[in-house]
Amino acid sequence: MPQEHRLILKNVDRPGYTASLESYGDYAVLKKALATGPKTLADGKTMKGPEQIREEVKLSGLRGRGGAGFSCGLKWSFVDRKSGKPIYLICNADESEPGTFKDKQIIYKDPHQLIEGMAIACYANDVHLAYIYIRGEFVEGARILNRALAEARRKNFLGKNILGSGYDLEIHVHRGAGAYICGEETGLIESLEGKRGYPRIKPPYFPAVLGLYMCPTIVNNVETLCAVKHIVDMGGAEFAKLGTPNNTGTRIVCISGHVRKPGYYEIQVGKVTIRELIFDPSFGNGLNEGRSLKAVIPGGSSAKVFKAGEKVKVKDRELDMLDLPYDFDSIMAAGSMSGSGAIIVMDDSTDIVEALANVAEFYAHESCGQCTPCREGSLWMSKALQRMTHGDGRKGDADYLLHIADNIPGGRTICAFGEACSWPVQSFVGKFKDEFVARAAGGAGPTKEMKIAASPES
Amino acid sequence: MSVAAPVETITVKVDGVALAVPKTMPDPMTGKPIPTTMIQACALAKVDVPHYCYHPKLPVAGNCRMCLVEFGTPALGPDRKPIMNPDGTPKVAKSPRPAIACATPISPGMEIYTSTPGAKQMREAVLEFLLVNHPLDCPICDQAGECKLQEYSVEYGQSRSGFIEEKVHKPKRVDLGPRIVLDAERCILCTRCIRFTRDIANDDALGIINRGSYSELTRYPGKRFDNNYTLNTVDICPVGALTSKDFRFQMRVWFLKETRSVCTSCATNCSIVIGSREEQVLRYEPRENDAVNACWMCDYGRLNYKWINREDRLQTVRPRTWTAALKEISDLLGKAAPGSVAIVASARQTNEELWLLSTLAQKFNALTDSVPRSGEGDRLLLNADRNPNSTGARLVGIAPPVLGSNLPKIADAIESGRVKTLIVFGEDVTKHGIRVDKLETLIVSDILPNATTAAAHYLLPGCAHAEKRGTFTNIKGRVQKFMKAVEPKGDARPEWEFLHELVYNVTGQNGYVTIEGLFNQMAKEVPAFEGMTWAGLADTGAQARI
Repeated sequence: MPQEHRLILKNVDRPGYTASLESYGDYAVLKKALATGPKTLADGKTMKGPEQIREEVKLSGLRGRGGAGFSCGLKWSFVDRKSGKPIYLICNADESEPGTFKDKQIIYKDPHQLIEGMAIACYANDVHLAYIYIRGEFVEGARILNRALAEARRKNFLGKNILGSGYDLEIHVHRGAGAYICGEETGLIESLEGKRGYPRIKPPYFPAVLGLYMCPTIVNNVETLCAVKHIVDMGGAEFAKLGTPNNTGTRIVCISGHVRKPGYYEIQVGKVTIRELIFDPSFGNGLNEGRSLKAVIPGGSSAKVFKAGEKVKVKDRELDMLDLPYDFDSIMAAGSMSGSGAIIVMDDSTDIVEALANVAEFYAHESCGQCTPCREGSLWMSKALQRMTHGDGRKGDADYLLHIADNIPGGRTICAFGEACSWPVQSFVGKFKDEFVARAAGGAGPTKEMKIAASPES
Repeated sequence: MSVAAPVETITVKVDGVALAVPKTMPDPMTGKPIPTTMIQACALAKVDVPHYCYHPKLPVAGNCRMCLVEFGTPALGPDRKPIMNPDGTPKVAKSPRPAIACATPISPGMEIYTSTPGAKQMREAVLEFLLVNHPLDCPICDQAGECKLQEYSVEYGQSRSGFIEEKVHKPKRVDLGPRIVLDAERCILCTRCIRFTRDIANDDALGIINRGSYSELTRYPGKRFDNNYTLNTVDICPVGALTSKDFRFQMRVWFLKETRSVCTSCATNCSIVIGSREEQVLRYEPRENDAVNACWMCDYGRLNYKWINREDRLQTVRPRTWTAALKEISDLLGKAAPGSVAIVASARQTNEELWLLSTLAQKFNALTDSVPRSGEGDRLLLNADRNPNSTGARLVGIAPPVLGSNLPKIADAIESGRVKTLIVFGEDVTKHGIRVDKLETLIVSDILPNATTAAAHYLLPGCAHAEKRGTFTNIKGRVQKFMKAVEPKGDARPEWEFLHELVYNVTGQNGYVTIEGLFNQMAKEVPAFEGMTWAGLADTGAQARI
């Protein structure tokens, strides 16, 4: 029986547990981290405490929980530690990918876990000033974090000479102003600097070298930073025993759409399949009565969609997409991604053209407009889909959409938004082409229900 | 190329041709060495990579995506050593992702592919995207004929697009400031103008509002786009979004004759191109010259050309004809006693003219000077010295180190009757304490009428710089030549021509019949210009010893 494995969400929703320090207790793991003394290695060299923590994180195999699934230990190893400039750490709490609501649970219900994780990550990386960049819509979340930070400061878990260790750290909360693109790390940095959230070109502006205020900067997701706490608590090797090789630890999966029990579930990575996540009573608990599965988006709205019954090939094994273990590598091998851990389930009541129109409109609205293919392509696709859902579909529209979508991703844009806006179009149109073609046949007319929130202005 | 200091080079291949390029190039803003980029390497290889947002004198933005190229780097084995081809050359692994040439540094052994089917396809796609919301109003657009969107569409684009949706509409005819009009629909959001005004002109006046396809260039609320360098944004705007109020709708650019010249509004002497049509000067544009003005010029200088076309330009010789007037003046000067002649030249005259006048002055041991002209300068290009050639006037000896310091002496000498003949070029000396009514002979050459020209016994109509050839020496000693754009008005003649005649008549000196010969002669005799030749000045000039 697949089970939840609550590590990060251990206290979340526990009866009587609040966001207060009183509930959370002392920062025992931070104390442990600060107390880590120098270690003499086999070759006679000594390794200081912070470096040992970095090694533990490398050993844990932790991969970023924000969307790209990049190795956290490797990311930290890229930081330019010799520049003489301060190193900054930013917690990316801009959780904006449609379908994703995991970081919100941590921030609202267990903020001290995040702060402790951040403090440990900062100590490990010689950071003395860190920021939590929180999405503007999380108004209450920002208040909760600020209250928690104040509590932590009072207890000297933050501030000068933390718990007598000689280590100083300050953390500030910065609210975004409602832009998806500010979840992209360099867009976030620009926004934090007070500018438009335009992602930076890489090269040369890799955050590890030229990040916030042109200083070396680490940007980690909320859940990733919480995982760091548990890695230091249990040791990297123990953490790596959770999950599956190269897909270690636990991760929070957000299940939404046409399931009977939508919600957030923490699982050991790769130990549960998509089928189980959708149908098992411990998780989504299946579709509504009389409905059959039509499509699954496995990792937030920008991930490529899986069609029900789709056969995918992973390591020479052909299997139904539902039988994919929910991890980073298998889903990538199957041609999509687990992204931000958001599974969006669509049953046979879904109008696939309208669903894509909805996604496309989101991305057209959120494109920052800096670089040409994304700026012009995202709205173009949205307008075409809007037209189709309003009954003006044409015969060649499926290919017309693919022509646009194919010209945006693959390194043609400054940031991964190009992929985010074109992958849904490529996969929806590619896998449900007949439905897009049917739109044009004999004037299909507008969709029955006009569910799309707003129409793009012309 | 014979560059003085040997620099470390990297060998790369551009479209199959290997070349060594410097490892670093100066940062356009700070001058510090930064890694050479693909687009710079391609430029050195004489391979043109199309681009919109990139500008060699501005910080890199990387947003237009027009310069996307494919590339490869030497493949490394698991041991981090290069993998070799059977023929012993290093194996190059083509990158799965393209790169923007403007921002990607080169690395040893890199191969840049600018004309592969993949690179061409990416360009085609970018152009299609740029055009979907573009109004395509070329027939009424001032930029037509010098528009990068037009040029690249012809060169790299498709002839048609499948776009059938409604275009995005944005504000038209936006009054950004006193000299600039914006058509936001034409704008391709390359941000060149924003970067120029923020990073070069130091006036963070422009920005983008809204998101995605609705992004729109605008000025800051409540602030006019009004610094002294705004018109440069019209030059660097690759499309017709920013237009000059002065030039818009005046002339189709393909009708313009373009002449290399120099701006005369201050001592900086920005290199310019004069655009003219049917003997009318219609615009100035800056011409790239790293020794003087990079790619820029100030609005004040750019718009200070209308006097050339003025209706009241002096066009008639007085008295009678050039032949008669020059003969009479020559005879008169030939008999003049030393000390009885004074000369007020103008620091708006060319080096050659000032040198000819100083040759005359030596003959009479004449008191000479020219009139200072000053205003407020700035840190970029506009100099407080508003004469274009004060340096030249000093170098040839016609003006004292402090311009105007001899004027009171000349006034006194006229007052006391010692000086009986005054030669004035291009200045209204009545404004500088000189009583022309005391003179026996007043010889004046000028372009526009004033109290001095009105009192002249001999009036010789001269030429604007746009109507003749010559050289100026700027405040830093840069000697630049300029070419003739339009014909002189009426009977007017280039000053150097008739001055040469006078000098020959009065002193017997000769040896040149052309401006080239005259310049070369001057360079032989004036130490500061030693070694220079007219031909050697080329397009960007040469440095005088000052």
